[in-house]
Amino acid sequence: MSGDLTTRTSGGHPAAWPLGLAGVVLVIAGSFLSWSYDSSILGDLSINFYPGSLQILAIILAVLGLVLLLIEKGPLESRLGQWLDATLGLRALGLMLTLYMALVLIAISVESDGLINVNPGGYVSLVGAVLLLVGSRLLPLRQLRDLGQARLPGWFEILTIALMMAAILFAAAFALGLTEAWAFVLCLVFITGVITALFRTGVMSWFGHVAQRHKKVLTLAAFVVAFFFPFTQGGSDANMSIATQVLIFAATAMGLNIVVGLAGLLDLGYIAFLGSGAYVAAMLSESAFATIDWHPPFPVVVLIGACVAATLGLIIGSPTLRVSGDYLAIVTLGFGEIFRLAMFNLDGTNGPLLTNGPNGIPGIPELQIGNFNFGDEHTVAGLELGRFSNYYFLLLLLIGFVILVFARLNDSRIGRGWVAIREDEKAAEAMGVNVFGLKLLAFAVGAFLAGVAGTIKAHQDVAVSPDQYIFLESAFLLAAVVLGGMGTIAGVLLGATILKLLPEKLRFFSEYRLLLFGLLLVLMMRFRPEGLVASRRRQLEFHEEDEQLAVAVESKLAEEAK
Amino acid sequence: MTAMLEVRDLEVAYGKIVAVKGISFSVEQGQVVTLIGTNGAGKTTTLRTISGLLRPTRGEILFQGQRIDQVPAHDIVTMGLAHSPEGRRIFPRLSVEENLLLGAFTRNDQPAIRKDLDAAYELFPILGERRKQPAGTFSGGEQQMLAMGRAMMSRPKLLMLDEPSMGLSPIMMKRIMTTVTELQRQGTTILLVEQNAQAALKRADFGYVLEVGKIVVKGTGRELLVNDDVRKAYLGED
Repeated sequence: MSGDLTTRTSGGHPAAWPLGLAGVVLVIAGSFLSWSYDSSILGDLSINFYPGSLQILAIILAVLGLVLLLIEKGPLESRLGQWLDATLGLRALGLMLTLYMALVLIAISVESDGLINVNPGGYVSLVGAVLLLVGSRLLPLRQLRDLGQARLPGWFEILTIALMMAAILFAAAFALGLTEAWAFVLCLVFITGVITALFRTGVMSWFGHVAQRHKKVLTLAAFVVAFFFPFTQGGSDANMSIATQVLIFAATAMGLNIVVGLAGLLDLGYIAFLGSGAYVAAMLSESAFATIDWHPPFPVVVLIGACVAATLGLIIGSPTLRVSGDYLAIVTLGFGEIFRLAMFNLDGTNGPLLTNGPNGIPGIPELQIGNFNFGDEHTVAGLELGRFSNYYFLLLLLIGFVILVFARLNDSRIGRGWVAIREDEKAAEAMGVNVFGLKLLAFAVGAFLAGVAGTIKAHQDVAVSPDQYIFLESAFLLAAVVLGGMGTIAGVLLGATILKLLPEKLRFFSEYRLLLFGLLLVLMMRFRPEGLVASRRRQLEFHEEDEQLAVAVESKLAEEAK
Repeated sequence: MTAMLEVRDLEVAYGKIVAVKGISFSVEQGQVVTLIGTNGAGKTTTLRTISGLLRPTRGEILFQGQRIDQVPAHDIVTMGLAHSPEGRRIFPRLSVEENLLLGAFTRNDQPAIRKDLDAAYELFPILGERRKQPAGTFSGGEQQMLAMGRAMMSRPKLLMLDEPSMGLSPIMMKRIMTTVTELQRQGTTILLVEQNAQAALKRADFGYVLEVGKIVVKGTGRELLVNDDVRKAYLGED
């Protein structure tokens, strides 16, 4: 990275930098001391000069702060100073570190009766964090060069991708390994802190450019990371079970993303398609409670389940897709409920015996494809892979398939038609876009994919019953799409992961789960309506008056097209 | 010789309200034909019915000798009939180029589409200069150019323009009207709906005056320009 230096706004308080440095040093020093009198909580923070894992997280944050300080003024300044906004990064980091330490003290006092149990080290680190926060506030703001112009050797960029992915894998394994809710929350604060600091310094936007340049490498790396995840779990079923839940949820959300994100249709009953796939698989399974005495091999079941779901999609879609907007939402909402009630009543008394009514169909045997039984355990290279790992790999394949369908559709002529419909249905029609046909197609494809996911879900859950397919599930799916970023792949995967993982790990919040979740959505809509990962077009939709953004977005889209 | 477009006894209703009450007219190959009239005369309704966005309650529409009044809108575009709708209805968040490419949605011949894209940029150089810019940031006149360019991207035999001069400055209006003549010279047949009767009639080979759903006067553009009734009602002269 070389080139002309840009003008830097000078100023700032002379004590700012030393203050920040002192803060960093104090945080690190404090982390080597004991934080808590009680050794049984938060993974033992009570031993001097032997930091526990939460203390190591604080040290990592502090070291990141040190690096930023050195970019601000010091040996790294000449090379990185003109590109990275260390000041903004430090401000974010200072804030998050203070929050982190404050939460640590709260956690200690909540878990072991009172602040009396906090040892001096905890206070030292807290003071350090506050100093860093104050110092960073006093630092001057900087003028920077556009990171989009930064060019590093290709191998370095690919290495960054690899490192980033490894960090994600490591962080995921670490976070999932935390059994205490407080420790998990603190870990989330840590991760948020690192990510916001990287965002504010501009590292993330640089990474965005890199990801754009090496799209294939990034996709491959993401799959490799996902593939290796089970090997980090040492045969533990608890986390793998959550992971498979997340994958099913993510695959379904990706299917919904076609309907909502690409075609722009609001579907509030999408869970019914997942349910119909699951019910088909259950009815055709070799469970003692299965209602149909025909047990074809699983690939056939998948096809039937998906086709049943798609047919339902067509049946519900063909009369309702002529209405739009709110009406469609109401009709699909009703359809979701009709599905659940139908499953509830097809019990032999109120209707034909298909679903056993409220009892559902339990005892669905493990999946069997050829000679491979998904209930078996395997040992690969000395590492144990349990039942859930088998399902995990299958679901990974499914997600790959769904993403492929999504991406191909998005880039096709059909995708362009959907864009036109989303933008202006009437104009699209005048352009010769078959509006009704394309909407129906989106509905059917989405339903088909959910049906496929459902057939796997039935076997993985061992039982299906109507109460698994309530409206709330549809709402969560939709929330995953909106939260993550409509129309994007990475965003929706992220949104689905967050929405499924958090409730599982934060069970002690379960009573407030919906409250927190509502709060989260409100905050998102206020501060980042386009979702965590914004599709470039959506970004424009929510910030229409911003002409600069508009031009930037279009040039990026053009860059992508090349 | 059959007319390129022939409308026979067309009636269109919104529920119980009949907007177009049995009109008949035709457009010959290579002509510029204009429908003029005040607000609510049924001009836009007529165009929307021809392009398949509305269904008639009575009557026939023939395009190159074929009935099209029950053909779906997207097939009508494929047959070579393009509609630049009232209010332009460009896609504001899409770039100029994406807008134009959506105009070619029914086509599948990539090289030819690229060529037509260049042709559109040649017709309206401003579009070429700003091809990456979101269309919503454009002025009304530029948006109208884009709407026309977009309609031309389907390589229509007949182009229907709904009030292209609406809300434009006099200079921009003149520019748009010159383009209409230019497109005619290039071989496109044009059906032009206008409130600005003077500008439309000057360039039209033939014109029809619509009043509350009925054709009240018809004649060549020149005839209508000097017609006393037309002058009184639409050209603001006593």
